[in-house]
Order: sequence, then C-alpha cells, then structure tokens
Amino acid sequence: MTVVRRRDDRRVGWLFLLPVIAGFQIFYAYPTVRGVWYSLTDYSLLNEPTFVGGDNYRKLIGDEQFWNALKVTGYYVVVNIVSQTLLALGLAALMHRLTRSVVLRAALLVPWLVPNVTIGLLWAWLLDPDLGFVNHLLGTTVSFNSPNWAMPLVALVNSWAYTGYTALLLYAGMLQVPQHLYESASIDGASEVRMFRSITLPLIRPILALVLVVSMIGSFQIFDTVAVVYGGKAPIPETRVIYYYIYQQAFTYFHMGYAAAVAMVLVVVLGVLTFVQLRMLRASRSDLT
Amino acid sequence: MFANLRPGRVVAWIILTTALVLTIFPFYWMVRTALTPAADLYAGSTSLWPDHATLINFRRVLGLVDAAEARAAGGSGAQINFLRYTLNSMIYSGSIALVQTFCCAMAGYAFARLRFPGRDLAFGIIVAALMVPPIFTLLPNFVLAKQLGVLNTIPGLVLPSLLMTPFAVFFLRQFFLSIPREVEEAALLEGVGPWGMFWRIVLPMSRGPLITIGLTTIVWSWKDYLWPLLVGKGEETRVLTVGLGVFLQQSPNRAPDWTGLMAGSVLSVIPVLLLLIFLGKRLVESLNFSGLK
Repeated sequence: MTVVRRRDDRRVGWLFLLPVIAGFQIFYAYPTVRGVWYSLTDYSLLNEPTFVGGDNYRKLIGDEQFWNALKVTGYYVVVNIVSQTLLALGLAALMHRLTRSVVLRAALLVPWLVPNVTIGLLWAWLLDPDLGFVNHLLGTTVSFNSPNWAMPLVALVNSWAYTGYTALLLYAGMLQVPQHLYESASIDGASEVRMFRSITLPLIRPILALVLVVSMIGSFQIFDTVAVVYGGKAPIPETRVIYYYIYQQAFTYFHMGYAAAVAMVLVVVLGVLTFVQLRMLRASRSDLT
Repeated sequence: MFANLRPGRVVAWIILTTALVLTIFPFYWMVRTALTPAADLYAGSTSLWPDHATLINFRRVLGLVDAAEARAAGGSGAQINFLRYTLNSMIYSGSIALVQTFCCAMAGYAFARLRFPGRDLAFGIIVAALMVPPIFTLLPNFVLAKQLGVLNTIPGLVLPSLLMTPFAVFFLRQFFLSIPREVEEAALLEGVGPWGMFWRIVLPMSRGPLITIGLTTIVWSWKDYLWPLLVGKGEETRVLTVGLGVFLQQSPNRAPDWTGLMAGSVLSVIPVLLLLIFLGKRLVESLNFSGLK
C-alpha cells in the first residue's frame, strides 16, 4: 500500500485541476487584482483607468451616503439575523421534539427556493398601502415607502424567506444529539424548556455558530429585495444598502473606481466579522465530544 | 414520553401549523392575484377566491395575446415573453449546475486523493476566495465581459460560474476525504489509473453529495439577479428574475401591473416547486452542515 501511496500524481493532478484553476484564475483571481487596482484609479467604464492613489478612499471618509449605506446595512443585518435565527431555532426545536415529517420540512423550504426578486415583488404587493392584503387584514397602511418601517420590513421579509431554510439546518444539527439524553432527562422530570436549554442548545452550539457566520455574510449582500420593491426605482435613503450603493456608483454614475473602493471596505468589514465569529466558533466546540 | 405534557404538545402543534400557514399563504395570494382580472383588483377585491377567475394574466405574460388585448387587461402592452425567460433560466441554471459540479468534483478528487507538489497551496488559495464578497469580483468581471464582447449572450451569462465556485470545490473535497480508501486501494492494485478510478469508482459512489451540490447550485443560480441584470438584460438573454424586473419597470403609469407581475411570479416558482416535489426528500435531507468542518 505504502508503495502506491508515494506515487507522484503531478501531471494527472494538474490535469484534474485544469478547468477549476482556469475558472478561478479568470473569474476570481484576476478580477480580485483588478478590483484592487480600480479602487486606486479614476475609471468611468468609458475612459482608461488613471491612477489617483488613495483619492477614492479619502473621498469615502467624507461621503455621508456611504456611511449611511453602511449604517442601514448594519441595521438590516441585526434585525434580519436576530429575528431569523430566533424563529428558526424555535421552529427547529419544535420539529425536533414533535415530528420527522419530510412534507412539513419541504413546505417550510418553499420560500428559500424562490428568487428574492419574486419574494420582493410578492411582499411589495402584500404591503401595497392601498390594495395590499396584509394592510387590508391589519387595517394598516405601512409599506416600503414608510421611512421608519421600510428597513424593518425588508429585514422581516427576508427573515420570512430564510427562516425555514435556517430551521432545517439547525434541525439537522439537533438530530445529531443522542436521543437517550432526552429520555433520561425526562425520567428525571425535566421540562421541555429545561431540556432545550440544558441539552439541545449547548450541543448544537458549533452548528449554530456556523449557521450564524454563513447567514451573516449572506445578509450583508442584501440587494435584490430593495432593488425591486420600489418598482425598479432607486430605494429611499433608509434602505439604500451598501450593495445597492456600490451598484449605483458603478452602473448609474459610472464611478467604477469609487465603487471598487467601497467594495474593498465591504471585503474588510466581512473579513473582520468572519474572523471574529470563527474565533468564537473555535472557542465553542460542542460539549458532545 | 409526552403523556404528561398534552397541553404543551397542543400548543406546539398550533405554533408549527401557524408557521406553515404564514409560509404558504403569501404564495396562495400570489396565485389568487394572478387569477384575478385587473379591474376586480382595483375595485378592491379581497375575497379568498377571485370572483371572476381568469387566465388572461398568464396568457399575456407568456406573450400569447396582442398588445391591445394586453392593455385592456391592465398591462402596458409592451412585448413580454415569460416562456423564453423561463427557458433562459433553465439553460442558465442547468448548464452551470451540470458543468460546475463535474469540474469541481474533478478538482475535489485531486485535492483529496492525488499527491503532487503545490496541491495544498492551490487549495488554500481557492478556499481563501470564499471570503471575497461576490460584488467585489462582479465589477471587474463586468468589465471583462464587456471587453470580450459577450454582453447579452448566453456564454457571457454563464461563464463566471460555469467552471467553479470555491464553495463547491471545498464541499466536494471534504466529502471525498470522508469516504474510506479501501475500495480505491483494491482498484489501485488491479492497475486502475487515476481517471478510471475517478470516473468508474469514485463518481458512482458519490451520487448523494453530487446531487446535493448540483441541486443547491440550481437553486442559487435560479435565484440570481444582479449578474444576469448587468450582463443579460437584452430580450434574448433575459432570465426570469431579470424579466420580472423589466416587466415591473414597464408597468403602466398609475400603479404596478400587479396581476401580470403575480402571474410572472407564479411562473418563476413553478419549476423550483416541481424540483421540490420530485426531489424534495433528497433536497430536505441534504441541508446539513454537520458534515462540514
């Protein structure tokens, strides 16, 4: 065996990697380098990029719209992640203790399968101030144009869309918890709430942390929803999130260099957040092992 | 086990049922609106079933009626063809899922099983790219597509994700690492080369994860909006999400053409719903992070 193991698969190895390396070089590595370069240039898509050093970054510091975009995105991420994770945790725990039904799980997954564009349109319609069914039902007139409500609504709509999916991920983690723990706890007279706090929650912590990291990174990339709920027009300042701001700078105003600089900031923010969260993830290995 | 908890169990079921209703009802309302004549809608109809159910909204978004009839039914009368958009969406997500899964399986296998210098470094670089948010590479990729002259073509649409995503490579490598080596070692002794091993032994053993990653890729690319919006806005290459966005902007001035929009929305849901009905068990059970380290 060891003789075979020591073979050198140099030629065939790189052949196996060829398509992936090609795709990576052209559409990941090269554009990453180019993106960094653009962020140091004045580039309008029509001219040749001209080097301007740190000008874009200096401009960014004084750009109120940029800070506003960062702020509303942060607000969105907090409302979205907190509501979505708590609801998903609750749903997963209920499913875990009640049923193994595949049909139920499949039904909860439906909103995840649907494009965010469709979800945005559907809720723009349900929340239409005059004709929307939700407003009709609740006797309200809130919509994505209400400055105070717009962002929480966008966040809740996306929580609605992703709660089922998140719940299924957490549920899969709960299935790993040995059943006998619940049986002995039950014999000892522990309540369901107590079992959730002392058994389920500590034992799924690593998966919960991983789900949090992944959904938070995804959450920062909110774009589709705000791009459609205003009928194809630009969102109001309260919902002009960072992704939309980059898109607007690049493709409405043709400030490609500046857009790249804003995108660089997003890279750094996400990098720091992921690093912090992964550190916390490592510090919280499951008590199971 | 729950004998002493009956009331609690009832409450738990009530909560689950409520969650289910809240999940599904908006989709019911989507269908209901799509079946409603626009005139009824603006008259404020909110009954659970439309009073004069009609298919006109579907017919007009599928481009089956002429402009005058579409305008009469509440549309803008502009040319719109959701049949083509659906087809484009299928080509887009189908080709990406197929080619990407295959290429990433090859790479995942090489990273997990073949031995050659530079392997771990290459893998590390690819995994590091997981950290770069898509918008960062999207800007230069758009410039690249423009320079290559592939804007508004299918190749321009699919190319950036056709060959790989870092996640698929990572996912499949982790899986290949987890399968026992015994089978491959037996085959090695019989003189099976790396390609035969991959094609005849490892791939057939890995149907589950391959379907998982393939399905996930189909779903994500089905939902894609920003890239197709930038690169495929032309009539010929519009995917469903872009078609919906364009249709939204064409709405006649007074208000969005809700009945038409909901008909188009229903069309964007049906194919993935079919996927769920036929592959639901597989899809539901594949959503699992526990195996990933």
